[in-house]
Amino acid sequence: MTETIKTDCLIIGAGPVGLFAVFELGLLDIRAHVVDILDKIGGQCAELYPEKPIYDIPGFPTVTGQGLIDNLMKQIEPFGAQFHLNEMVSEVENLGTATAPLFRVKTNGDTVFETKTILIAAGGGSFQPKKPPIPEIEAYEQESVYYAVRKIETFRDRSVLIVGGGDSALDWTLNLVPVAKRVTLMHRRDDFRAAPHSVEQMRALVRDGKMDLKIGQATRLEGQNGRLSSVICRDNDGGEFAVACDAMLPFFGLTMKLGSIADWGLSLNENLIPVDTEKFETSVPGIFAIGDINTYPGKLKLILSGFHEGALAAQKVQRYVYPDRRVTFQYTTSSTSLQKKLGVA
Amino acid sequence: MAKIQFIDFCGTARTVEAEPGSTVMEAAIKNGVPGIEAECGGACACATCHVYIEPEWQEKVGPPSSMEEDMLDFAFDVRPNSRLACQIQVKAELDGLTVRTPEKQA
Repeated sequence: MTETIKTDCLIIGAGPVGLFAVFELGLLDIRAHVVDILDKIGGQCAELYPEKPIYDIPGFPTVTGQGLIDNLMKQIEPFGAQFHLNEMVSEVENLGTATAPLFRVKTNGDTVFETKTILIAAGGGSFQPKKPPIPEIEAYEQESVYYAVRKIETFRDRSVLIVGGGDSALDWTLNLVPVAKRVTLMHRRDDFRAAPHSVEQMRALVRDGKMDLKIGQATRLEGQNGRLSSVICRDNDGGEFAVACDAMLPFFGLTMKLGSIADWGLSLNENLIPVDTEKFETSVPGIFAIGDINTYPGKLKLILSGFHEGALAAQKVQRYVYPDRRVTFQYTTSSTSLQKKLGVA
Repeated sequence: MAKIQFIDFCGTARTVEAEPGSTVMEAAIKNGVPGIEAECGGACACATCHVYIEPEWQEKVGPPSSMEEDMLDFAFDVRPNSRLACQIQVKAELDGLTVRTPEKQA
């Protein structure tokens, strides 16, 4: 039994908006835990466009996606938020009341939180592996088709087809060759965007007859009862060939899906979460939605809008966490108490 | 303005007006053309605006850059006429361009 983490606020999503919410909450003495499905902090900024310049962050004529995340991490450092990466919230159970909310939240990594409030800052949803549109692929997902390697042992003495041309595909090819019965790597072209030294190692293994390389794309799966026996592929001239295998690992990058948020009892509108524009609270008191995942009249999916939404949501979070506190509004430029929290006074 | 025609997987055609200088992806999103998702908003980072260029337009549209070719690895059912719509800039000579969208983007 894992220990339950008790907290005032759980932030779902470690993108720019979730990170800045840590700051706004921190100024109000509210410590937060942050959960993100990716293995790194930064959300889309870090995953999709770390090197692309962003031109509409106030005060920064230009800043890259990763640059913005690095700065935000520096800015929120005084508040010691705890990050739980590689985890996705799978269940939210409502234990409280409308005036004193309390939620039990479980992740797919078996972490359990008991939190007074939840701030959903999940952007376009959670990043999940892209599934190739091969007919009936779902039927094989239990025993034969995997989108990630959780345990290398799963592949011992099996014939594995790895599909893709990036670092995931190449790294797992190199790691599974010593374990699997046979590894076949298939890519749509004889050109790999993975790190050059991995590509060289792979080519050497092919030369030595220790693995196979095929150029083509998977079109059909053959097997029975969820057990794969071969993958039918098309080469670039339209010809067909089969790769005998009992395990397949397609690596086609990530896509964003709403995921379990749809099951938490919140009102949704076309995969977005409607909120009010005073507190950015959802239909469930104590659960807030900020950034790209929410919707309201006039909504703009801008990072700066998400910052504003986080600041206002934090005020209402404060009401739940410190119901008896007399609220006074303060500026970081002049308030000694805020400056102490920031570690500068 | 240039006219761009999108034909979806089922064969339904939709024609939209596109502003020169914008991209074929932007024209699709602005006009709510289904079959183009553009998750990353045009950063050439997601391959969810994959289209097939009709053969008669291939020469005028040209081939993908090497960065785009890398990104096409994330798309499904990639063919010799595959492009990412966010990387095709609309210009006067592309007036009438016809592209097809695949069965599934992501």
